[in-house]
Amino acid sequence: MRDVAIIGTGCTKFGELWDRSLRDIFVEAGVSAIVDAGIQGEEIDGLYMGNMSSGRFVEQEHVGSLIADYSGLASKLHVPATRVEAACASGGLALRQGILAVASGYADIIVAAGGEKMTDVDLDTATDALAAAADREWEGIMGATFPGLYAMIARLHMHKYGTTSEQMAAVSVKNHHNGTMNPIAQFRNEITLDTVLQSNMVADPLHMFDCSPISDGAAAVVLAPADVAKKYTDTPVYVKATTQASSPISLHDRADITTLDASMVAGQRAYKMAGLTPDDIDLVEVHDCFTIAEICAIEDLGFFKKGDGGRASEDGETAIDSSIPVNPSGGLKACGHPVGATGIKQAVVITEQLRGTAGKSQVDGAGIGMTHNVGGSGGTAVVHIFSRDR
Amino acid sequence: MTVSRFWRKIPHRYNLIGTHCTNCGEYYFPPRQMCPTCRRDGKIESYQFEGKGEVITYTVIHTAAKGYANQVPYNLAIIKLNEGPSLTGQVICEPGELEIGTRVRSVFRKLGEESEKGMIYYGTKFVVE
Ligand SMILES: [Zn+2]
Repeated sequence: MRDVAIIGTGCTKFGELWDRSLRDIFVEAGVSAIVDAGIQGEEIDGLYMGNMSSGRFVEQEHVGSLIADYSGLASKLHVPATRVEAACASGGLALRQGILAVASGYADIIVAAGGEKMTDVDLDTATDALAAAADREWEGIMGATFPGLYAMIARLHMHKYGTTSEQMAAVSVKNHHNGTMNPIAQFRNEITLDTVLQSNMVADPLHMFDCSPISDGAAAVVLAPADVAKKYTDTPVYVKATTQASSPISLHDRADITTLDASMVAGQRAYKMAGLTPDDIDLVEVHDCFTIAEICAIEDLGFFKKGDGGRASEDGETAIDSSIPVNPSGGLKACGHPVGATGIKQAVVITEQLRGTAGKSQVDGAGIGMTHNVGGSGGTAVVHIFSRDR
Repeated sequence: MTVSRFWRKIPHRYNLIGTHCTNCGEYYFPPRQMCPTCRRDGKIESYQFEGKGEVITYTVIHTAAKGYANQVPYNLAIIKLNEGPSLTGQVICEPGELEIGTRVRSVFRKLGEESEKGMIYYGTKFVVE
């Protein structure tokens, strides 16, 4: 197997992009990444595209071919394009497929992208499309919603560990604060604990401001063999680990509802693959689709003891200037969560941080970064570790 | 959900019929064709659950799933059945009556409906025992 590096990144603005289509945003992100890497279309050996539900959101399937076509890569070059789906982990998994293709030696230059256009449909339809990431026949039919499933995780976390609504709200306040420094973020405003606690109850104990928004957006990275990465860029970012784990799709089938064991296992596999421990990670982008999800993630990935994630969040131990900055981009909560794009956007953020080009949210001396992308309520987890040094 | 997707699970939904592996002794709901514990070696047979259990965790849904808007707010819980497996279901009771550890039993109720003219779903809900 060969070492792999990221040599270019691209990202659209995240938010309600009513004047843009799915193909527009995919192409914009892809072209920016290609320009950033300084490569030509002829050099591209393949595309991997994370997308959860274009059939539901824009009534378009077969987006691999569609995007290859509108990127100008289909008609003469016939570049292979593959869509990858794992609910909200689709982007992370597309990245992983791209890395595996380069690592295996089967391909040299790969563009891994992710995108979702969620605001073309009404809220009811969007909510229903997202509910398809849970078990429709045994969770959805009972009236379960996505916030509802995470609310049940939150309720048990509160019961077992004394986690409070204020501690969960602190996650949202921190991520909104980080979002103010991120030019592509959907929300760039500060909020207070009261903003969260006084917002509408969606599924008790989760308020509206405990939930990530419905968003449009796309992101892309260009991958190359590490041996030739310096030919393209002075600041390649090296892939130290790519891992994935599955868990029962239904929340009720998990041994411990407060632990996303797919995250835990994907994390452990990643530390082993990279030969690192949680102490070596300088910053992490985790899957905070709900505030409780960030609390579970920082526990499941080994940054805090199980049950301690709420207290740590409240005490500022995950802020940008702490020992483990969590979601410096604003996370899914403030940056936005176009489901298929999220896993790639996380890699773009970490790449910028390791290159030292993250602007106001730059983490001092960032050398090793991690991404954590979850599908559904934890049926899939994808973890990557990246390093500035090879 | 389509009619056929609902229809073929009716015995399981109406009567809480799952499966039991006679090899390892585990019970499963929803039913499994292959035992997740023994995998290939499992010997699976049909099993009707008694329908009694305990609330592991719960929420009160205020923003409803599609087709459930007229039930808002409704209680949704994960219930661990006495035989072992857990499932997701609604608990019919007053707000505040539901807690982690509450004992519940299953009842046959309307679950939801597709639209005014669409299909009506029936199945299992729970009440406080
Ligand atoms: Zn068995």
